[in-house]
Amino acid sequence: MGELKPSSTQILEPGAAGGAGFATTRLEAVLAWAQKYSLFMYPFVTACCGMEFMSVSSPRYDFSRFGSEAPRFSPRQSDLLWVVGTITQRQAPILKRIYEQMAEPKWVLAFGTCASCGGFYDNYACVAGVDKVIPCDVYVPGCPPRPEAVLDGLMLLQDKIQTGNRTPAIVKPRQDPVVEQNISIVKLRKSRTSVA
Amino acid sequence: MSKALIDLIKKNFGAAVLETHSLHGDDTVVVEAAAWREVARFLRDTPQCSMDMLTDLTAVDYPEREPRFEIVAHFYSLSKGHRLRLKTRIGDSEGDEAEVDSLCEFWASANWMERETFDMFGVIFKNHPDLRRILMYPEFEGHPLRKDYPADKIQPLIAYRDVPNIEKIAPFSVDEGMSFGRQTHQSSRRDDSQVN
Repeated sequence: MGELKPSSTQILEPGAAGGAGFATTRLEAVLAWAQKYSLFMYPFVTACCGMEFMSVSSPRYDFSRFGSEAPRFSPRQSDLLWVVGTITQRQAPILKRIYEQMAEPKWVLAFGTCASCGGFYDNYACVAGVDKVIPCDVYVPGCPPRPEAVLDGLMLLQDKIQTGNRTPAIVKPRQDPVVEQNISIVKLRKSRTSVA
Repeated sequence: MSKALIDLIKKNFGAAVLETHSLHGDDTVVVEAAAWREVARFLRDTPQCSMDMLTDLTAVDYPEREPRFEIVAHFYSLSKGHRLRLKTRIGDSEGDEAEVDSLCEFWASANWMERETFDMFGVIFKNHPDLRRILMYPEFEGHPLRKDYPADKIQPLIAYRDVPNIEKIAPFSVDEGMSFGRQTHQSSRRDDSQVN
């Protein structure tokens, strides 16, 4: 995913005369390539998913490897809004204002089930997903999501930035080995208890 | 030890005590609403009680009862190490005239807990210094923890985005979400029953 798309780029080998060589590409492709590796993020952290967010940003999982290192605590300097945690009805206007203050081009990543769809907060106090208030690009499900899922979400977003695709997308779960073997969880548990 | 507190209150406020209950050192006294403040003051100031800490104050809604609300206060004595639960019953079946004296002048911690009880149940605490909502926003109508507040009623502060099918925006499809959620479509719920 890190490479420029061959369809838009041509790299010409140095000529026989030993020149420096050159490459051709489209301006949008170069811009997208630069944008996807310099995501200035604004973490809007409201709930327990924040712990997992700290985990992804810490050296163990380290999402700065993907060019999304610098947090900016002013929305005017950032282009990726991480919505991490439950958004209450009371907080929705604040979130919307922060989104509106961000400069174009901007992207939104819904981190966790609460931000994606409200999760079990199906009640009087909460917004059932940030997409009710602001448009969202990538949804990372999980309560909280595994750091791997977050990295998948980040790479999915980078892919979408490169291709210029603004259709919202969900991070798909990694394949569950139990499903692959066509064993139901109940069967698996019964087999374990019978051994014991 | 524990029964002694109940006996002491019975001796001093015999006419106002509606009910007592004691199980595994878990002592409860239910008093008339008119005696609420005096019993609380007695609990704090009497040396045998010396309840210097108001641990919790909340309400319970029993819509089928009259009086409808039960106000519950938990007291703890740091010096004596004993606890007592004090209850009173107020409000008619419509939830009106749910008024009881504030305990703010005896325990500062009553301030916010009474505000929360007012916010959630609409119980009025007389002589409270600052009785306004604490969790919900001022624009919120009604009291969400009353049993007659509709479970799926939300009161957004800002309008939701103007896109079709805002309840389930793509990439979420109709069959995604929790099968037991209120916002889940009826069709998927029927499928679940067939599987079982």
